[in-house]
Amino acid sequence: MKMETYEIYSLTSVVLFAIGLGGVFLAKHFLRKIIATIIMGGGVFLCFVSFAKRDAITFADPIPHALVITGIVVAVTAAAFALSLARRIHKLTGEDTFEAKK
Amino acid sequence: MKEFPTSALPALLVGLPMLLATMSLFFRVKGRALLGVLGSFLVGSLALFAFIEVTKYGTIIHILGGWEPPLGILLRMDPLAAVFIGLTAIIGIFISLYSWWYFRARIASIGRFPLFWPLWFFLWAGLNALFLSNDLFNLYVTIEVITICAVALAVLSGEPKALKAGLRYLLAAIIGSMAYLFGVALIYGSTGTLDLYLLGEVLKPGNTTTFALIVITLGLLIKKAAFPFHFWLPPAHSAALAPVSALLSALVVKGAFYMMLRLWTEVFEVSLTFAAGQLIGITGAAAVLWGSWQALLQTNFKLLVAHSSVAQMGYLLMMFPLLVLAPGQMADSADWLAPAWTAGIFQVMAHAFAKASLFLSAGIVVMALGHDRIESLRDLVAWMPMTAMAIGIAGVSLIGLPPSGGFLAKWMLLKGVFLSGQWWWAPAILAGSLLTAGYVFMLLRLAFAPARVKDPFRPVPKILQVCALLLALGSFLIVIPAENLIQFLEGSKSFGSGIESIVKGGGYGNE
Repeated sequence: MKMETYEIYSLTSVVLFAIGLGGVFLAKHFLRKIIATIIMGGGVFLCFVSFAKRDAITFADPIPHALVITGIVVAVTAAAFALSLARRIHKLTGEDTFEAKK
Repeated sequence: MKEFPTSALPALLVGLPMLLATMSLFFRVKGRALLGVLGSFLVGSLALFAFIEVTKYGTIIHILGGWEPPLGILLRMDPLAAVFIGLTAIIGIFISLYSWWYFRARIASIGRFPLFWPLWFFLWAGLNALFLSNDLFNLYVTIEVITICAVALAVLSGEPKALKAGLRYLLAAIIGSMAYLFGVALIYGSTGTLDLYLLGEVLKPGNTTTFALIVITLGLLIKKAAFPFHFWLPPAHSAALAPVSALLSALVVKGAFYMMLRLWTEVFEVSLTFAAGQLIGITGAAAVLWGSWQALLQTNFKLLVAHSSVAQMGYLLMMFPLLVLAPGQMADSADWLAPAWTAGIFQVMAHAFAKASLFLSAGIVVMALGHDRIESLRDLVAWMPMTAMAIGIAGVSLIGLPPSGGFLAKWMLLKGVFLSGQWWWAPAILAGSLLTAGYVFMLLRLAFAPARVKDPFRPVPKILQVCALLLALGSFLIVIPAENLIQFLEGSKSFGSGIESIVKGGGYGNE
C-alpha cells in the first residue's frame, strides 16, 4: 500500500501533537513546558498545511496557509508571554518549576 | 445570508473598545483612568443600543471590508449573541466604575496598575468579537485574544503567587486552544469550509468528524475549567486583583461556554450521540459536587468564591445531556428543550452578576482588613452593612432560592431533568444547592457574629460597596424581564433546538 504524501505529513502532525501534549504534562521545568506547547503548535500547523495540496494536479489551497500564518503569530505571542512570565518568576523567587522548593 | 439587514454596529462593537485600548496607552495614569470610565460607558451604551436594534430588527450582520465569506469575515449578531453582549456591557460598566475607585484608593499602598485599562478594553473587544464570530478560525483568534488579556490581567499585581498561577493558567489555555485548532484543521481538511452556517449543512458523520468533535470539546472544556480540568482556575482567580477576579469569573469563562454551546447545537449535530451528552453532564455534575465541597473547606474568602465558580460552571454543562436527545426522540415533541435552554442562559446571567458581586465584595474586605481570611469577617454587618448585604444577596442567588435568577435557572434545570426522564441529574443539582447554602451561610454566620477585636475594619469608599450591592441586586432583577427575554431569544437559530442523536456509522473520512 502506497501512502499519499499528504498522509505522511498528517500522521507526522498527530505524532508531533502527542509529543507536545505529553511534554507539557510530564516536563517539570517551565522552559520545557513552554517548548512542549510550541511543538504542539507545530503539529497543528503541519496538519493544516498537509491538507492544502492533496494531489499533484490541482493548485495548493491558499486558505490553510493564511490560517497557519495567523496561527503562528498567535502562538509566538503566547509563547513569548509565557517565557516572560517564567523569567519574572525566576527573578523574583529563583524557582523554575511549579513545585515548591524543598 | 443575504436576507439579514447589514449594519455597522457589530464592527463598532469590536472596533470601539480596541480603539479605546490603543488610545488609553497615550495617556498618563490619571487621564487613562478617566478615559477608562468614560470609555466603558461609551462601549456599554453602544452595546445596549445594538441590543435594542436586534430586538427590533432581528439578527443583524456585518461583512468586514465588503469581502463576502468564505474569503472575508462575517460578523453576526443574533439574539443569543446580543444577550451575551448586553450582559458583558452591564457587568463591564459596573466593574469599570468599581476599578476606578479601587485603584484610586489603593494608590498609596501598591500602585494604580495603569495597564489595567488597555488590557480590559482589549479583553472587552475580544469578548464582543467572540460572541459575533461566525467561523471556526475567527473563534480561535478571539479566544486567544481573550486568553492573553485575561492572563495579563491576572498577573497584574506582579506578586510571585499571581505570576505562578498566571503561568499555569496560560499553559492550560494554550493546550486548550491548540487542541481546538487541531480540530478546526481536521474539519477544514474534510469539508473545505469554516463558516458555521455552511458547516452545519455540509458536515457528515464519520471518524474524522468525531475525532474533531472530541478534540474541540476537550480544548473548550480546559478553557472553561470543567472538571477535571479545573486545576488552573482557583489559584488564578483568587490571586488576581479584585476587579480582575470579577472579570475573569463573570465573563471570561463564559466565552468558552458560549463557543461550546454554538458549536454543539449548530455544527456538530451530526456526530453527537446520547452518550456524549451524558458524558458532558457527568463532568458537570462532578464539578458541581467537587467545587461546592472544596468551597466549603476553604478558609480564604477569595479561594472560596473561586471554587464556587468551578461548581456554578458545572451547572452550565448539565444542560448538554438534555439537549442531546436519545435515539428515537424528536426535537418537536421534546418539551424539555425550552426549560433547558432557559436554565442555561439564566445560569450564565445569574452567575455573572452574583460572582462579580462576590469578588468585588472580597476586594472590599481585603481593602478593609489587609487579608481575606474568613474568620475575620466577624461583625461585618455592623461595620459594612452594604457589603454584608451584597454577599448575602449574591449568595442567595448562587444557592438558588426564590425569587433570584439562580432560582429560575436551577428550577428550570430541574424541570427539564424531570420532563426528559433523566432524573439521575436531580440529586447532583440539589446536593450542589445544599453545599452552596453551606458555604454561603458560613459566611453570613460570621458576618453576624460579634467581633473579637476593636475596630476590625478600616473605612472603605462607599461607592465600591454600592457597585457590589447593585451587581448583587442585578442577579434578582434579571428575573423580571425573563418572559420577554426568552421570547426574544427564540428568534435565534439555535435557541430551543435539540440535537437529534444518530446511530453512529459510516466508514473512514467524510467523502
